[in-house]
Amino acid sequence: MSQYIIRRVAVGFFMLLALTVLIFGLLRLAPGDPIDAYINPSVPMSASDLDALRVRLGLDQPLPVQYLAWLRAALSGDFGYSIQRGGIPVLPLVLDRIGPTILLMFSGLVIAIVVGIATGILSAVRRNTATDVSLSVLSFIGISSPAFLTALLGLYGFSVMLDWAPSGGMLTPGAPFSLGDLLSHLVLPACLLSIAHSAMIMRYMRASLLEVLSQDYVRTARAKGVREFWVIVKHAVRNALLPVITLIGSTIGIAIGGAIFIESVFNWPGMGLLMINAVTRRDYPVIMCATLLTGACVIIVNLLTDIIYAAVDPRIKVS
Amino acid sequence: MAASAPAFAAERPKGPLRRAVDRFLTNRAAVAGVAILLPIVLAILSYDLWWPYAPNDIDLLAMNKGPSAAHWLGSDGVGRDVMARLMQGGRISLLVATVSMAISTVIGFVIGAVAGFGGRFVDSVAMRLVDLAMTLPPVIFLLVLASIAGTGIVPTIIVISLLSWPVLSRMVRARLLELRERDFVVAARGMGAGLPHLLLRHGLPNSIDILVVYATLQVASGILLEAGLSFLGMGVPPPEASWGNMLNSARSTLVLESYPWQWMFPGAAMVVTVLAINFVGDGLRDAFNPRADLN
Repeated sequence: MSQYIIRRVAVGFFMLLALTVLIFGLLRLAPGDPIDAYINPSVPMSASDLDALRVRLGLDQPLPVQYLAWLRAALSGDFGYSIQRGGIPVLPLVLDRIGPTILLMFSGLVIAIVVGIATGILSAVRRNTATDVSLSVLSFIGISSPAFLTALLGLYGFSVMLDWAPSGGMLTPGAPFSLGDLLSHLVLPACLLSIAHSAMIMRYMRASLLEVLSQDYVRTARAKGVREFWVIVKHAVRNALLPVITLIGSTIGIAIGGAIFIESVFNWPGMGLLMINAVTRRDYPVIMCATLLTGACVIIVNLLTDIIYAAVDPRIKVS
Repeated sequence: MAASAPAFAAERPKGPLRRAVDRFLTNRAAVAGVAILLPIVLAILSYDLWWPYAPNDIDLLAMNKGPSAAHWLGSDGVGRDVMARLMQGGRISLLVATVSMAISTVIGFVIGAVAGFGGRFVDSVAMRLVDLAMTLPPVIFLLVLASIAGTGIVPTIIVISLLSWPVLSRMVRARLLELRERDFVVAARGMGAGLPHLLLRHGLPNSIDILVVYATLQVASGILLEAGLSFLGMGVPPPEASWGNMLNSARSTLVLESYPWQWMFPGAAMVVTVLAINFVGDGLRDAFNPRADLN
């Protein structure tokens, strides 16, 4: 087990390293002068000053050397200056936005897990009935509709027509902070974010539970007189949940993608909105930092789900 | 004897392709998908023959008008006909989706096939590359690529193609690793067949099912990716119409609240098309699976 964890952590570490190479390479391909990332745009500089700075920063060096220098700076938290916002260092800018994004994604994930698992169980237990068919159709639609469209429809339906929820932002501007205010802004985007994810979890849960229900030990449990409810809850669902855990880990990237669109529609002040603005204005230092942090999060979450999976399921042969 | 011969011939078992077609035709969702898709594609391709308005005709007397007999789906903020833009947008969306599907299918097949047939070293290099490309959340990767490529139809196609191949190459690799050990492939190698021959004569025909299913589903995902990019203003830029940049107009609160026909129709067209393509893709997947008859 511990050997397995060490191996997985090592693989994750190398993935992260490779990710830094990829991001550095991609963004050096990008149009524009890399020196822009290192200077404070609000301070005017002459051409000779720029050349001197270029030498001092090592931008006249070959790319691998530059990469190592960039990596060393990034590890110590120096991602350069934002090009679009007069000279703000990038890292605090990005870190400021992580909280709202995590809040949104975590709420969406919790809703998705609860709804997805519950409807998945219901669908499998009522297999081939009207309930099952309509839930399957709904999940198909949920998976096929892109996040930006459900976000627009949700905003139109619940904010514009019904006026149940505020139409954007995280807090009412100017008002003192209150939990109720935050929640009322959070509910709608979080629910909309959870749609695609809960549809996926539901389909997985249904398939996995159906497979477990056809196994011998479930028949044994029924034969010895365990009531159907407990057969499902205690015997079947516990085993059926295992593949769903991996699914949740491996679809975290899709959830992040959905969050970007939701943030853009609801003006949610998170990483997604920051990233979109940075991309439209080609603010490469911000893009690099945000991408790297997101990639690191995804690698860590995948690592954790692999480890949890191996810990929960003793049948996984550590290979 | 002579009389029984025709009867025997009539009972000849159906070929695999014929059985696949039968399986596809008995799948109601898949047939419905085709039935929905055909009229949509026909209408999109032929709209300028039967629809009186052009997508960029500006009619200042008909700004932000709701659906009516003249403008079936209403008109937008500068008086352009939404129906015409919807059809033209469909052309652009389908163009971007099919071209990027073709490119990413080729990249995905070649990388997967070379990894599968090319030996351990090539295999591990290619698969680490795939792992890496799949680590980043797709939308983040899409944004990074878009920030480099810029906006426009061609950059959008390139971005979507570069994003989409890793899944396919993994599937092709898995299939070819299995194929490599089969007798006919071993025999071909023994007779000195080179990599191109192995890929085209043995690899391609034996992974055609994977390719067809992937290509179908990839058109749907291409439509969504294009729409997502254009929605964020990084895909196909106006005045060219696409389903995504028509939805982009709903990012303005005024349009979202007061002129819903300007964004609901493209949204609906997109979802219906994508659903239909996904039904067809699922049907193809089942049709190609010979074990499906056993259930």
